[in-house]
Amino acid sequence: MTTISIDRASRWFGNVVAVNDVSMTIEPGVTGLLGPNGAGKSTLIHMMSGFLPPSSGSVTLDGTPIWKNQQAYKQIGLVPEREAMYDFLTGWDFVLANAELHGLPDPGGAAQRALATVEMEYAQDRQVSTYSKGMKQRVKMASALVHDPAVLLLDEPFNGMDPRQRMQLMELLRRFGADGRTVLFSSHILEEVEQLARHIEVIVAGRHAASGDYRKIRRLMTDRPHRYTVKSSDDRALASALIADPSTAGIELDLKDQQLQIQAVDFYRFTELVPRVAKEAGIRLLTVSPADESLESVFSYLVAAK
Amino acid sequence: MNVTVARLTARGLLGRRRGLLLLALPVLLLALSALIRGVAGQDQGTASNILGGLALGTMVPLVGLVAGTGAIGPEIDDGSIIYLLSKPQPRWKIITSKLVVAIGCSVVFAALPTYFAGLILFGTFENLTLGYTIAALIAGIAYSALFLLLGVVSRHAVVWGLMYALLWETVVGAYVPGAQTLSVHQWALSIGEKIASPGVISSSVHLPTAVPLLLVATLGGAWLASARLTRLTLAGEE
Repeated sequence: MTTISIDRASRWFGNVVAVNDVSMTIEPGVTGLLGPNGAGKSTLIHMMSGFLPPSSGSVTLDGTPIWKNQQAYKQIGLVPEREAMYDFLTGWDFVLANAELHGLPDPGGAAQRALATVEMEYAQDRQVSTYSKGMKQRVKMASALVHDPAVLLLDEPFNGMDPRQRMQLMELLRRFGADGRTVLFSSHILEEVEQLARHIEVIVAGRHAASGDYRKIRRLMTDRPHRYTVKSSDDRALASALIADPSTAGIELDLKDQQLQIQAVDFYRFTELVPRVAKEAGIRLLTVSPADESLESVFSYLVAAK
Repeated sequence: MNVTVARLTARGLLGRRRGLLLLALPVLLLALSALIRGVAGQDQGTASNILGGLALGTMVPLVGLVAGTGAIGPEIDDGSIIYLLSKPQPRWKIITSKLVVAIGCSVVFAALPTYFAGLILFGTFENLTLGYTIAALIAGIAYSALFLLLGVVSRHAVVWGLMYALLWETVVGAYVPGAQTLSVHQWALSIGEKIASPGVISSSVHLPTAVPLLLVATLGGAWLASARLTRLTLAGEE
């Protein structure tokens, strides 16, 4: 049982705050670190992998600080986001070198097992520079797994992978989680995270926005007020019909742009309500579009709600 | 010393265009030496000029610069150093291994060519060749350590290194005698001076000053590089 604890950790660069007073515990099993680009996910992972000290607070592995603690790497396997590796080596040489650097008693055997785990034996004698992005990702995985670590940290591991590679990697990570390893991966795609992670931590603008299993996060995301822009043949009549239903919280008649700004509080009921009401009243709907469906707005709602 | 780190460093250093660059300098020196010997014959003054100016003054610092900064700079730049650092290896071991490779390059591509150039130009007379060769060896070690440190602390290590080797040691040193006290070139010359017959090689720094400064530069450079590598951070791309 290996646990990473982040306790009131902040990290700033000059006067830019990248991570702001975050506390979380990463336990065995698969945890997804979800947040939009630039939210501070990589900064958090760098702190968890000992490549960045927190400006305040602490980041520990089973109670021991990770920064400047090279022994921690006996338990941590890291898959960095950046693609640069020793491109001039073959996949085999690269994984073998990683095994040797860990000081393993049988580096050759360990490299072989790791390459087999990620199913890269068939290309192990090719130079890394000739690999596709997905293949590089898998060799990076092999290099992180070679010493059989208790903790696996992956920074945006699915970036640039095709669907089949994605499925393979997910299967692999699921297996590691089931084995009792502590697996943490970051992503900015909710669907990706909820497919894989038992537990999700959401980071927005450097702050810890939400934490829980995927059902809780999904509910938080769909239960928030949704804003819609609606144009129709008779905005005023439509507005009066819609406001009678409890799924709407507010409607603004935008006379300048000749449209309605509607705030809905019950997403599913509202999406069913609009066409029905319009049909009954003989109103033609010209536009129905969500005004704030971007992931960023979903996330900022979460922050505000917390 | 870690064999894996050394192997990776050597392959990175010699594999790419850098390897050709390292090879070009000594080839040039040897070709030029052969040409001069053929044209001008065996002459102590000419041999001293070539060995002191071209070999020790230009080739040794350039090879040291390419090997020292190239042993670590590119890995820090592209981020692949993360695979060395995310291992339970003390940082000083990583630095020592890289330093050994850089010094090895200096021996093969600078000190040995200096020796052969000396043999071509002046044979073994008056220990001139030996003096310059040992000076090249010592300077190569010190340059490797200093430039390795530069490679760790700066993304513009090559520029800083060139400024030191060419501007400070050559131009500034020529006009400001005091600057020569802080010159690897002069420190190494003072050792060569001791080895060669009296009056053959001269340095503006005395041996009792040069030896401690060489030790400080080499050991201090390696120590500082280790300390900086321990605190190396990866600022995210976000």
